[in-house]
Amino acid sequence: MPQAPDIQALKQKAFEFRKEILETLNLAGSGHPGGSLSAVEIMVALYFYKMQHRPTDPKWEDRDRMIVSKGHVSPVVYVTLANAGYFPKEELKRFRKMGSFLQGHVHVKTPGVEFNTGSLGHGLSVANGIAIGAKLLKKSFRTFCLMGDGELQEGSVWEAAMTAAHHKLDNVCAIVDYNQVQENGLISDIKNLEPLTTKWQSFGWHVLSVDGHDLSVLIAALDQAQATKDKPTVIIANTLKGKGVKFMELQAGWHGKAPNTQQLKDALEILERV
Amino acid sequence: MTEMIATRDGFGNELVELGKTNDKILVFSGDLEDATRAEYFKKAYPARFFNLGITEQDVVGTAAGASTLGFVTFATSFAVFLTNRAYDQIRMDVCYNNCNVKVVCSHAGLTVGQDGASAQCLEDFAIMRVLPNIRVICPVDNIEVCKATRTIVAENGPIYMRTSRAPLPVITQQSDPFVIGKANVMRDGKDVAIIACGIMVSESLAAAEILKGQGIDARVINMHTIKPIDKDAIIAAAKETGAVVTAEEHQMYGGLGSAVVEVLAQHQPVPVEMVAVADSFGESGTPEELLKAYHLKDVDIAQAVRKVIKRKK
Repeated sequence: MPQAPDIQALKQKAFEFRKEILETLNLAGSGHPGGSLSAVEIMVALYFYKMQHRPTDPKWEDRDRMIVSKGHVSPVVYVTLANAGYFPKEELKRFRKMGSFLQGHVHVKTPGVEFNTGSLGHGLSVANGIAIGAKLLKKSFRTFCLMGDGELQEGSVWEAAMTAAHHKLDNVCAIVDYNQVQENGLISDIKNLEPLTTKWQSFGWHVLSVDGHDLSVLIAALDQAQATKDKPTVIIANTLKGKGVKFMELQAGWHGKAPNTQQLKDALEILERV
Repeated sequence: MTEMIATRDGFGNELVELGKTNDKILVFSGDLEDATRAEYFKKAYPARFFNLGITEQDVVGTAAGASTLGFVTFATSFAVFLTNRAYDQIRMDVCYNNCNVKVVCSHAGLTVGQDGASAQCLEDFAIMRVLPNIRVICPVDNIEVCKATRTIVAENGPIYMRTSRAPLPVITQQSDPFVIGKANVMRDGKDVAIIACGIMVSESLAAAEILKGQGIDARVINMHTIKPIDKDAIIAAAKETGAVVTAEEHQMYGGLGSAVVEVLAQHQPVPVEMVAVADSFGESGTPEELLKAYHLKDVDIAQAVRKVIKRKK
């Protein structure tokens, strides 16, 4: 784990990632910008600070595992992995194209992807299974699970939440990208998750609710999660769907629509340094 | 007197045997290990057994996750709960990810008995075999289920195995081969081929005895693997006998009969009659009463044979 992370450098990465996510989506002509843009800082903090991983040896047996339960945010995942060195950035141009290993939803064909996902509410059970196996093998690697907030409406998430707490899976760290918007509107209008912190607490989890766009606090939360024993930790990352592009922020219409060339141009002109 | 043992018992016992030398076997249960006999494994190897509670989706997803570390993981419950309730997890986590997960379910078919329709899974073959990557098997007796359990641990990849709650007659020998995808001919015959699985194999053998008295020489095939189906055995049976009857403790649609007909229609069309549950739910009753009421007995198979023979050219 690197000491004293260079927050300015990580912020610069986040800025570049947003640009590349938008460009990747524009070239593909379809995909999911909203939940990708909201998860940028989470992914930067994980792959460029917290996670033990080797991009040149993706199957290294002691690597930390990352299960992307919200498999539709493939753009942020692929941009992160490409920048980490798992595959050439040039491949991003083939996102969602026939024959590419960059499938619409994350797939193990992509170096660095651990598990195929795309149907919501699956990832936490899978992460728990890995964590149970790791404990049996006396391995110290950690398993992260990136979840969407709308995804928490799936009952299977809470089945898994009970399992992780019951089996004291302190090697699991769930991260909820709480960007407030799902496909057809605001979560608070459709099926409210609140009170989310106490909900997770009542399921037996150590809960950290943080600003999901502040790299310093995200990093501190990830460290705190690792230091917490006998309980799984969930980091509720409070974010904005579409973060960084004003006209996309909190707009359900940008959940699953790629920017056209004019929209890309407009977005890049106003792209915010978070 | 033929020995009667439920295939769930053989599964439970064999898993304990395998656990002695293979510490990579993990068993996950949806709080029905007493009924599925996974509890034998629990008692022998408590550290490698996990009752995750009444959460079938979580059972399958967790088993899939653990398998990525090199474990052979078992997801166990009643057939109706795992294949139906956790279908999306079996599709996505197990099949799409091609995980080394064995979905082993007891309590399939009408012979679940008194619990009634809600627990009598009659669609598992259909909904499992339509998924890519998974193999679907239904052992015929206690000897075969032990071989099948050893085989599915040795074979990499997703496998669904159906076991019975009802005691089944032991009709195979230790020396009989068990190879996934290779049917076993239980009795040779030249006039008709009865292709069956599970409890219906012994009913078919009884039907063949009835038919013998009527001058009909029936071949009986134990099609223990529903997927991949043994095309060669089906085509050979059709060529050599000219008529086929299928028999299964499953819905008429989508199961063994459908799989056999898919092969025949494309490669060797012959008259076929299907003995199966005719698009209805079951009900409470003893296994024997239910098999009679839903026309899955030896006499029903014999009647289907007489009907199909009349249709032969």
